Amino acid sequence: MSDTHATGRRGLLNWLLGLTGGGVLASVIYPLTRYLTPPEIPEAETHSVSAGSAQALVPNSGRVVPFGSRAAIVIRTSGGELRAFSATCTHLDCTVQFRPDLQRIWCACHNGQYDLTGRNVAGPPPRPLEAYDVKVKDDQIVIARRS
Amino acid sequence: MPGPFRAWLDERLPIADVLAMLRHKTVPQHRYSLWYYFGGMTLFLFIVQVITGGLLLLYYRPSSSEAYESVAFIVTRVPFGWLVRSVHAWSANLMVAMAVAHLFSVLFLHAYRRPRELTWISGVLLLLLTLAFGFTGYLLPWNEVSFFATRVGTDIAATIPGIGHFIVRFLRGGDDVTGATLTRLFGFHVAILPAIVTTLLALHLFLVQRHGMSVPPSVEARAVHDHKAIRAIPFIPHFALHDLFAWTVALALLAGLSTFIPWELGIKADPFAPAPAGIRPEWYFLWTFETLKHVPATVAGINGELLAVAGLGAAALGVLLLPFLAGETHRSRRVVVWTGLVALLFMAAMTMLAVQASLQGATP
Repeated sequence: MSDTHATGRRGLLNWLLGLTGGGVLASVIYPLTRYLTPPEIPEAETHSVSAGSAQALVPNSGRVVPFGSRAAIVIRTSGGELRAFSATCTHLDCTVQFRPDLQRIWCACHNGQYDLTGRNVAGPPPRPLEAYDVKVKDDQIVIARRS
Repeated sequence: MPGPFRAWLDERLPIADVLAMLRHKTVPQHRYSLWYYFGGMTLFLFIVQVITGGLLLLYYRPSSSEAYESVAFIVTRVPFGWLVRSVHAWSANLMVAMAVAHLFSVLFLHAYRRPRELTWISGVLLLLLTLAFGFTGYLLPWNEVSFFATRVGTDIAATIPGIGHFIVRFLRGGDDVTGATLTRLFGFHVAILPAIVTTLLALHLFLVQRHGMSVPPSVEARAVHDHKAIRAIPFIPHFALHDLFAWTVALALLAGLSTFIPWELGIKADPFAPAPAGIRPEWYFLWTFETLKHVPATVAGINGELLAVAGLGAAALGVLLLPFLAGETHRSRRVVVWTGLVALLFMAAMTMLAVQASLQGATP
């Protein structure tokens, strides 16, 4: 009888010890994993930016400008039309550039290519570039996220 | 050593036991013995990395506004700073090369067999950690090429379904590659990775010591056939002197490369500039980089990148578990050799393509 008692008591104590150990471990691991995950910093979303002089952007050329924390590309086609897109390649996050010789938007990282409407036409990019609205006000190009 | 001091030490440390063990230790000597020295050279280069890394830490500043300038300061103003940085960069590259040579030699000589499974696994993990050292250290000078390489390298993880986004944020310390990424990778590079590598390395070396050098099955078979014992040389002084010679060769190579081809610093990273033409990662990641270039956006309706990442993951897992996948028969050993050869050829071909593309100025 007393033996069963002892075993029962030992079992309970072992269980409590395990529970405590588990608790200690969890109280170390949880804050650690939370610490390693960077906090989400709420950032005011950029809706529009000024992208420099419209005059200075000659036909068949492009310019990369900051757009919030990312880059945007504004191009002037050979026909003189202004267009703007997100400059982040949809493949692996590189920043694209305008290639006058190809008349395309080109990513140097893995040779991805987009046509002048931002459509992915060659190489590995899986999606088109996000298009932005372009306006010109007093010779200043203003590009804006489409609502 | 004076008698009383030696006696004092002997009473406290097992010096006599270690010396006795070393005196009796022998190493097999046969036509493939040369490959035994690559692990030692990797270890030597790791020691060089620890020393030069410690020296660089004295001047380096891990922030996006100061990192590039501090490395420029090291290579232009600090006496022999150019040499220390150059040795660190070259030694890192040689270390990867030696570790890869070591892995393939162990693979081709079937040294992963029972009872050395854990030696193999710890070795593969050490190689992966070496690559992690390369990846985290690459960004630290905060130059244009390393900035985009890190952006691409971390974004590859985004393709993993479910946890991809979390891994990217974990690696970057946020959504983008910024100063937070630099600080984070610096922490991995100088504290977390060294702690893990030192522990694993101790285990790896202990296991090598415990099981001794593996003798290739072909050499074993020939010895049995000829009724002869496999030749062995004493560890001290023969093998130790050979090892010392190999280390000297590595040091000479390192000194030559660092002096005559000093590692370049490049242009400071600008997060808003387009990726420069001819951008590419370090040579040991070139084959993965080139593979990603050739994988189409979608393959049979599945994201091509995801397929490539899954393929690489499966290959890495296969390498890690090789001792359990490879059988004991002669036939299965041939399968291992041919798989290894095909993998080597694939990596070499992809690397050549990438080098060719970059020589042509990366024009499409």
